[in-house]
Amino acid sequence: MCLAMPMKIKTIDGKTASCDAGGLTQSVRIDFIEDALPGDYVMVHAGFAIEKMSEKEAKENLELLEEIQNAL
Amino acid sequence: MLCEQDFKNPGNAAGTLEKIRQYAPSSGEIRIMEICGTHTMAIARSGLKTVLPPSIRLLSGPGCPVCVTPAGAMDMILSLSEKPDVLIASYGDLLRVPGSRRGDSLMNRRGAGAKVLSVYSPMEALQTAREHPELEVVFLGVGFETTAPGTAVCIREAASLGVTNFSVLCLLKKTFPALRALIESPDFAVDGFLCPGHVAAITGSDAFAFLPEEYGLPAVVGGFEAADLLGCVLELTRMITRKSPALVNEYTRLVRPQGNPAAKELIGQVFCSAPSDWRGLGHIEESGFRIREEYRQWDAWEKFHLTLPGSREIPGCSCAQIIRGVLSPGECPLFGSTCTPENPVGPCMVSGEGACAAAYQYDR
Ligand code: SF4
Repeated sequence: MCLAMPMKIKTIDGKTASCDAGGLTQSVRIDFIEDALPGDYVMVHAGFAIEKMSEKEAKENLELLEEIQNAL
Repeated sequence: MLCEQDFKNPGNAAGTLEKIRQYAPSSGEIRIMEICGTHTMAIARSGLKTVLPPSIRLLSGPGCPVCVTPAGAMDMILSLSEKPDVLIASYGDLLRVPGSRRGDSLMNRRGAGAKVLSVYSPMEALQTAREHPELEVVFLGVGFETTAPGTAVCIREAASLGVTNFSVLCLLKKTFPALRALIESPDFAVDGFLCPGHVAAITGSDAFAFLPEEYGLPAVVGGFEAADLLGCVLELTRMITRKSPALVNEYTRLVRPQGNPAAKELIGQVFCSAPSDWRGLGHIEESGFRIREEYRQWDAWEKFHLTLPGSREIPGCSCAQIIRGVLSPGECPLFGSTCTPENPVGPCMVSGEGACAAAYQYDR
C-alpha cells in the first residue's frame, strides 16, 4: 500500500490533477501541494500527491550522492 | 532523475561499495534498522544484503502499516464485516491479513459473502459510499504520517458533501512515539536508523533530529532507488564507525527540513493524538491519530461503538519480535515451511512490504 511513484502533472482541474508516468495516466488529488502547475513532478502515494519534486533538486540530489561517495 | 541499478550487476556502485567495506568494522557487527516497508522491499529487491560486508546487518523495524496493526484490530474488523449493510473498503494489503484465528481474513470473509472492497485511495471508498446510499461504507484508515493527510482530506470532503453513510476506522499511527518506545525497550540493539523518506516528506527531515540529539543514534533520511540505499548505508556506516552521530537528509529531491506545511495543517485539523496499540510494541501513549470530535459522525469507532479487544498474538508467529528487529524472518520456526506467501500465518508474510515476505521472495 505504501508504494509511491513519481508522476508528471498534465492538467489540473480544481484539487484533481491528471498525472502521467511511463505511459500510465492517473487522476491524483493535489490538495496539499501548494502552487502545483502542469509540468511539475510530484510523488504520488495512495492517490494523493505528497510533495513536489523539481528536476533541479533531483540533479542536486544526484550530486550530493556523488559527493557522499567521493568525500568519504 | 536517479535510475535503478541492480547490485547483482554492479556498475558504478562498485566505488561506493568499496568505501562501505573500508568503514565496516573488522570485528563485531553494526546494526542498521529501516523503518519503512518500502525500504524493506527496495533493499530485498536490489540484492543489497548480498553485496554488503557480513559485519553490516540490515534489520526491518516497525515500518509496515499492515504488520503493526494488531491481531485484535483485525478480529474487530472481521466482526464488523458481518453486519449485513456494511461494506469494508481497504487498501488491498490488509485483505489477506489474518485475525487471531488462522486463515480468517477479509478475503476469506468476502468469499463467504461479506462486502469487502479493495481500494487504492480513501477517495475511492468515499465515492463508493456516494454511489451506494443503501450501504454503510467503512474505510480502514491504516498507515503513518504519509497516508494521514489524504485520509484527512477524505473525511473533510465527506463532511462538506454531507455523506452520512461513510466513516473511517482510524488506525493511523505516528512514527515518532513508536520509535522512542522501541529505542527505550530493553532488548533494543540498533546502531543507526535508515529513516522513511515518504514519512519525512510530510513531517520534514528535522523531525528525526531527536535520534542523534537525544539518543546518540545516527539517522539518514533516504530515498528508495538502489543508489539512495547505497549512499545511506555508506553514510550510516561512516557515522557509526566514527562515533559521530548526526542527522543527514539524503533524499533532498523530495524531503524538505520542515516537510509539507499544508499537509501537516490538514492532519491537525482533522486528527488529534491518541494512545494506540501496536503489534510487537504494545500500547504506546500518543502514538496514534484519532478523528477530532467535530468529525465524530465520520468516525467508525463512534458510529459502531467499537472497542479494541485486548492483546492477542497469532500462535507460533514471531512477527512481534521481527517488528522490533529482535529476530530475522529466517529465525522464525514457521518461516518457509508452515508459513509462505501462499499460505501466510502472520502479517509480515502477507504484506507486500512485510519483512518475511521480502525475505521469502528475495533472500532464500
Ligand atoms: S514467518 Fe510467518 S509465522 Fe513466522 S514471523 Fe513471519 S509471518 Fe509470522
